[in-house]
Amino acid sequence: MTGIVQFENVGLRYGTGAETLSDLSFSLAPDGFYFLTGPSGAGKTSLLKMLYLAQRPSRGSIRLFGEDVVALRRSRLPGFRRRIGVVFQDFRLIPHLSAFDNIALPLRIAGVDERDLVTPVREMLAWVGLGDRASARPPTLSGGEQQRVAIARAVIGRPEILVADEPTGNVDPEMAARLLHLFDALNTLGTTIVVATHDIHLLSRVAKANVMRLDRGRLADPTGALRYPPKPDFGAEHLA
Amino acid sequence: MRIGATAADRRLLPEGRLAGPMPWVIAIMIFLTALAAAGGMAMGASADRLGGDLGRRITIQILNPDPARRDAEAAAVTAAIEKESGVLAVNRVGADAMRALLKPWLGDVGLTQDLPLPAMIDVDLSAAGRARLDAIVAAAKAAGPDVHVDDHARWIAPLIGLIRSLGLLAGLVVALMVGATAAAVVLAARSALDTHRETIEVMHRMGATDVQIARLFQRRIALDALFGGIVGLIGATAVILTIGAKLAAIGSGLVGSVSLPGSAWLALVCMPPLAGLLALVVARATVLRALGRSL
Repeated sequence: MTGIVQFENVGLRYGTGAETLSDLSFSLAPDGFYFLTGPSGAGKTSLLKMLYLAQRPSRGSIRLFGEDVVALRRSRLPGFRRRIGVVFQDFRLIPHLSAFDNIALPLRIAGVDERDLVTPVREMLAWVGLGDRASARPPTLSGGEQQRVAIARAVIGRPEILVADEPTGNVDPEMAARLLHLFDALNTLGTTIVVATHDIHLLSRVAKANVMRLDRGRLADPTGALRYPPKPDFGAEHLA
Repeated sequence: MRIGATAADRRLLPEGRLAGPMPWVIAIMIFLTALAAAGGMAMGASADRLGGDLGRRITIQILNPDPARRDAEAAAVTAAIEKESGVLAVNRVGADAMRALLKPWLGDVGLTQDLPLPAMIDVDLSAAGRARLDAIVAAAKAAGPDVHVDDHARWIAPLIGLIRSLGLLAGLVVALMVGATAAAVVLAARSALDTHRETIEVMHRMGATDVQIARLFQRRIALDALFGGIVGLIGATAVILTIGAKLAAIGSGLVGSVSLPGSAWLALVCMPPLAGLLALVVARATVLRALGRSL
C-alpha cells in the first residue's frame, strides 16, 4: 500500500537563490484530508505547485498515483493533471467565459460530450449557490462568487486529488462551511484533499483532517502523521 | 490532424477575426505574390509560345535575280523539303504578300515590277524536325544552290532567354513572399500566445494537451489568412485584368503574346486556400514549439 502522493527529500530552488523548500518528505493517503498551514512566505504555494505539476522540484523524488513524475515526459503530464483539481488563490477564471463555461472547461478538455456536461455543470452551479448566474462572466461576479466558480471548476471532474490554495479567503463563514462540507463529501468519495489556509479556525472544522505545517521551507511532522502508511510505532507514540 | 475546434473551444479565444493586422498583412502579401506569380507564369507561357511558334520555323530565301530560275528553284526546294520528315508545313510567301510586307519601307514608287525580290518559303517544323534541322537545310541546298536559310530560333533565343530569366525572377519573388507570409504568421501566432497566456496556463493546469491548445490558434489564424488571401487575390486580379487589357490594346505580336493561360488562373485561385493552409501549418508548429518550452 502506497500513498497517492509521495515526496522524498524534495527541494525547490528558484534560480540560484537559497532553497525555498528543503527536504520535504511525506506521503498522503488516498482518502486523506490535509490542511497545509504556515506563515506567509513559508512555501505553501510552491509546494502546491509541485503537487499539481506546475513546477518541477530541484531535487528529490515526487510520486503521484504510484508514478515518478519528476522525470515524466511533458506529453504524459496532461493525463496526470486531469486527475488533479486545483483551486487557485487568485481563482484564474477565464474572464470572457460565462460561469457555466468556466466550470465546464475541465470536462471539455477531457473530451466530454456537450450533451453530457450540461446537467453536471448546472448541478454544480446550483450546489455552490450560483444556479441563476450561469451566464454571468467573472468580472460581473463578486469575489466570493468567483471563488465558488473556481471551486466548482476544480471539483466538476471528480478529481482524485483536490488542491486548494486559500479556498475560503473570500467567502462568508456560512459559505466557507458549505465549501468545507463539499470538500468533506468529495473526501468521503475517495478524493484526497489538500487545502492551504491561513485560517486557523478552519482547521477545527474537519475533525479527520491532518495538518501539514510549513515553516521557512521545511515541513514539520513531529508525530509522523504525514507518513503513509504510518510508522509502525506511530500509534504507540501517540498513546504514550 | 484535426484542424478545427468546437464552438465551445472557439469561445476560449475572445477576439473576433480580423482583430489584428495579420489578415491585412496577408492580403498585401498575396496581392504582391499573385502579381509576381501571374507575371512569371505569363512570361513562361509567352516564352513557350514564342519558342513553339517562331523557334520551330525557318524561312528559306532563294536569292536568284532571274525570276524564272528563282521560281524553278523555289519549286524544287519546296518539293524536296516536303519529303523530309519533321516538316509540318511548307508555304511559299506569295509575291503580293511580299510587296505588302515591303510597302511600308519602300512605298509604291520603290516597289517596281522589276525589283528583284527573293522567293521566300516558310517551313514549320515539329520538335523532331527541329532536331534534324541540318538534314533539312542540306536537302534544301541540294535542291537549290541559291538557298539561304533564316533560322528564327537563332534570333529569338536571346529574347526567350530574357523572358525566362524574368520568369525565374518572378518565381524567386514568389518564394520570398511565401517566406515572408510564413514569418508574418509566426509573429501573429506568438502575439496571440502572449495575449492569451493566462487562458493557456489555466488550460494546461487542467490537463489540456499542447495539440488541444494549438488547435484553437491554428484555426483562427488560418481563417484570417484565408480572408487576407481572398482580399489580396481580388486586388491582384483587378490589376492583372487591367494590364492584360492594355497589353492586348498594343496589338504588337511579341507584346500581345504575353497572356495568362487558364492553368495560371487556376493557380492564382488556389492561392488563398494555400495561404490558409500555410498559416495553419506554421501557426500549429509555432504554438507547439512555444508550448513545448513550458512545463
